[in-house]
Amino acid sequence: MATLELSLEEEAGATPVRRRRLGTLFWFAIGWMVLVFAVAIFADLLPLPNPTDMDMLERRAPISAEHWLGTDGLGRDELSRLIYGARISLIVGLCAPMIGVTIGGALGMLAGYFRGRFESVVVGSMDVLLAFPPLILALAVTAYLGQSIFNLTCILGVLGIPAFMRVSRAATLTLARREFVIAAQALGATHARILLRELLPNVLLPLLAFFLLGVAVTIVVEGSLSFLGLGVPPPISSWGSMIGEGRESLDVAPMLAFIPAIAMFLTVLAFNLIGDTMRALTDPRQGAL
Amino acid sequence: MLQTASDPLMKVENLVVEYSVGGKTIHAVSDVSLEIARGETLGLVGESGCGKSTLGRAVLQLRQAVSGKVLFDGHDLTTLKGESLRKMRRRVQLIFQDPIASLNPRRRIGDIVAEPLMIAGVKDPEERKRRVDEVLSAVGLDPALVSGRQPHEFSGGQCQRICIARSLVLNPEFVICDEPVSALDVSIRAQILNLLEEMKARYGLTLLFIAHDLAVVKAVSDRVAVMYLGRLCEVGPSEQLFARPAHPYTALLIEAIPVPDPDVRPTQSVPVGEPPSPIAPPSGCRFRTRCPRADARCAGEVPELRVVAPGQFAACHHPLI
Amino acid sequence: MSGALLSVEDAVVDLPTPRGNLRAVDHVDLAVGAGKTLGIVGESGCGKTMLSRAVLQLLPKKAKLSGRVMFNGQDLTTLSAEKLRKLRGRSLAVVFQDPMTSLNPVLTIGTQLIETIQEHLELDLAQARQRSIELLAAVGIPAPEQRLAQYPHQLSGGMRQRVAIAIALSCEPQLLIADEPTTALDVTIQAQILDLLAREQQRRHMAMIIITHDLGVVAGRTDEVAVMYAGRVVERAPTPALFKQMRMPYTEALLAALPKLDVAPHTPLPAISGRPPDPTRPLKGCSFSPRCRYSAGRCTTEKPRLSPAETQEHLYACFHPIAAGVGA
Repeated sequence: MATLELSLEEEAGATPVRRRRLGTLFWFAIGWMVLVFAVAIFADLLPLPNPTDMDMLERRAPISAEHWLGTDGLGRDELSRLIYGARISLIVGLCAPMIGVTIGGALGMLAGYFRGRFESVVVGSMDVLLAFPPLILALAVTAYLGQSIFNLTCILGVLGIPAFMRVSRAATLTLARREFVIAAQALGATHARILLRELLPNVLLPLLAFFLLGVAVTIVVEGSLSFLGLGVPPPISSWGSMIGEGRESLDVAPMLAFIPAIAMFLTVLAFNLIGDTMRALTDPRQGAL
Repeated sequence: MLQTASDPLMKVENLVVEYSVGGKTIHAVSDVSLEIARGETLGLVGESGCGKSTLGRAVLQLRQAVSGKVLFDGHDLTTLKGESLRKMRRRVQLIFQDPIASLNPRRRIGDIVAEPLMIAGVKDPEERKRRVDEVLSAVGLDPALVSGRQPHEFSGGQCQRICIARSLVLNPEFVICDEPVSALDVSIRAQILNLLEEMKARYGLTLLFIAHDLAVVKAVSDRVAVMYLGRLCEVGPSEQLFARPAHPYTALLIEAIPVPDPDVRPTQSVPVGEPPSPIAPPSGCRFRTRCPRADARCAGEVPELRVVAPGQFAACHHPLI
Repeated sequence: MSGALLSVEDAVVDLPTPRGNLRAVDHVDLAVGAGKTLGIVGESGCGKTMLSRAVLQLLPKKAKLSGRVMFNGQDLTTLSAEKLRKLRGRSLAVVFQDPMTSLNPVLTIGTQLIETIQEHLELDLAQARQRSIELLAAVGIPAPEQRLAQYPHQLSGGMRQRVAIAIALSCEPQLLIADEPTTALDVTIQAQILDLLAREQQRRHMAMIIITHDLGVVAGRTDEVAVMYAGRVVERAPTPALFKQMRMPYTEALLAALPKLDVAPHTPLPAISGRPPDPTRPLKGCSFSPRCRYSAGRCTTEKPRLSPAETQEHLYACFHPIAAGVGA
């Protein structure tokens, strides 16, 4: 009979509880996210005026009971536009990095695992994509295919692929040298199995943290593009286009540019905060002493 | 050459492994031949960089051999590919030096130990659980307590038990232990060595035990092979080899072991010097640059392994016996 | 303990962790005289490294140290950061386990040696360079002049450890602490490095502390040995007495668990079952009692004190010591 590991039983009752103080900032971030998502999802059910209904008599109206955040230069309800704009910003902000994380993540893992010529081709083509000026690409695509939310999401998604590829390739490179991967090979596991069962769970976490960062960046980039008039086609509102439209009346009604800017700032900050905390929380090494 | 058993389970013939790092070729294993009989433990010793780990991995086809054969139970593993190689690998298992790094940090112990069964196509979850529980108990861990936890909750010694359990769950015939105890503390080391011996008896294993510590190797091996810079220096029954080493390198290794006895003053005769680079190994006998007996012949002529005593072989022009 | 170069008196090191307070060093008393060598032996996590950090005053920021660390009549725990910095390197030097991480990878060997020398000794560049070459030659590095221009990664592990020793010796320290100096090295290189340390220690008449987990390393090369377990010194004796008349069951078990060359293959090793206690949850009695085959009676309820055996130099902490005269 083998030597019994007695000490483990002693410990069984007293599993170290991994409790960490998350901090109030984290809970504020979560609260803000919940609020933004809730109003964006349930915008149609809220008693809001139509965001595209113009009221030429009430242009740039101040805050009132009727218009909680006032109206814009065309007399459209600012709060309503902000909430419908959140929808667009979030859809683009979440979907575009999704494209990046799927394609870039998969390419990076394959490149990091198989190495060789495949890796050179992937890294090379990503470098080409990175070297291509993103604004020109956006201009070219919108000029050719037309302005739409779908096209915008695709452009932003493709632009994110190289970054995700790099993150996942770097993680895979270090992991693929670890013994547990060699152990799986020695067990006769197929490449697909090693990639999915051994590598993916470990690569997923840095990717997820980077994904949240990507969401934040995409929201800003979408805003910039819309601000330049390359984003969502009017009269649909997004935070970026609202800031762009507010620019014309910065001197008379600065609020029109600042309100969507603040909303964007808080949302991006919240995504970054949550991303950082998640990464710290799920690192398995922190639990080991 | 090196006929030791009528029925070798593993037979390595003239194996050469080379690989390039930064454009330079590393001669990791040069023309090594070995036989391991069924039920035997062969210890493989040498300093780091001597190619002993590379040899272990080349046997499992985790490293591509330049030439030579690896015959396992009559099948040449170097010619196998794809599914037939994967099938064969299930009969040969590997245990690593760093037990914590060889367990996937994101998976539960139960899944890690069941993984070989999944790969081998054992579909019935009941059957899998039964076999995992059995092998975990065999290595001295309580399956009920252990299965649901993750590797970071365990110490190095416990992780090594888990690794041993994983390597045994498919009932392999041959296990390669690559420095299985060098990352462990002294008190844990003895536990794991005893466990390996028990498992060997219980599962009828044949072991290739790779280590740099001669005392550890002697404790578990029937025969010992000494490697230096990619070549075999000496092979022989362990007691005989330690009592009367024929190769000056074996003698040097034995002399260098620190003895826990204050009366034994450490000898100052250990030659100053380190192994040369495996990128440009010395001509002739590779040990000649550190050898007190080296002469012109050693520089010009590669010594062949030949019999120096019954069952004992050495590759030296001027053997000690 | 008068006349000792270094004496640690009632040192306690506490480390706050998410799982509670970790007592890494638990009321330890030690002393090393000038020109003497002390070996500290213990398994990983027994507190031997924390103890050496406490001596060097290089504990992690969160750690709390109480007790006194007297070096040359000064209490190091009360010294200012500036005075400590001057002392470290000049009088107190250290060699770490892994020379790859203790040497700066982006600086040449020469730069690192010369900088250390100039930092503590008033020498000009040419003199410092000359001294560096002498030091490298003294630690057995061939072609020392060429080595000055090389980077750590261009050297082998053994050579890097020699460089680390040369840096430690560069200012003629009075005390050298070698923390697992050979654990990362091969046996043949280990013997060379240990010989080198012993030779330099005698030549320079400095005091040395060798920290290791291997009893074999300290056997022929130290004057006194302290065995640590779970943060405490459990046995301390002049080296011959420790190996010949060990009293503490842990020391005996540790020695017995080592594979030996004169034993036939396949002999089961007398292993120590279980593993060291969790340092965040200290036991009420003797920390070794759960693994000890002599454990009985008050071993689980009361902590044995470190007390002298036949001689004043031989101390052990055990209620059921191995009878005198029985040992290795």
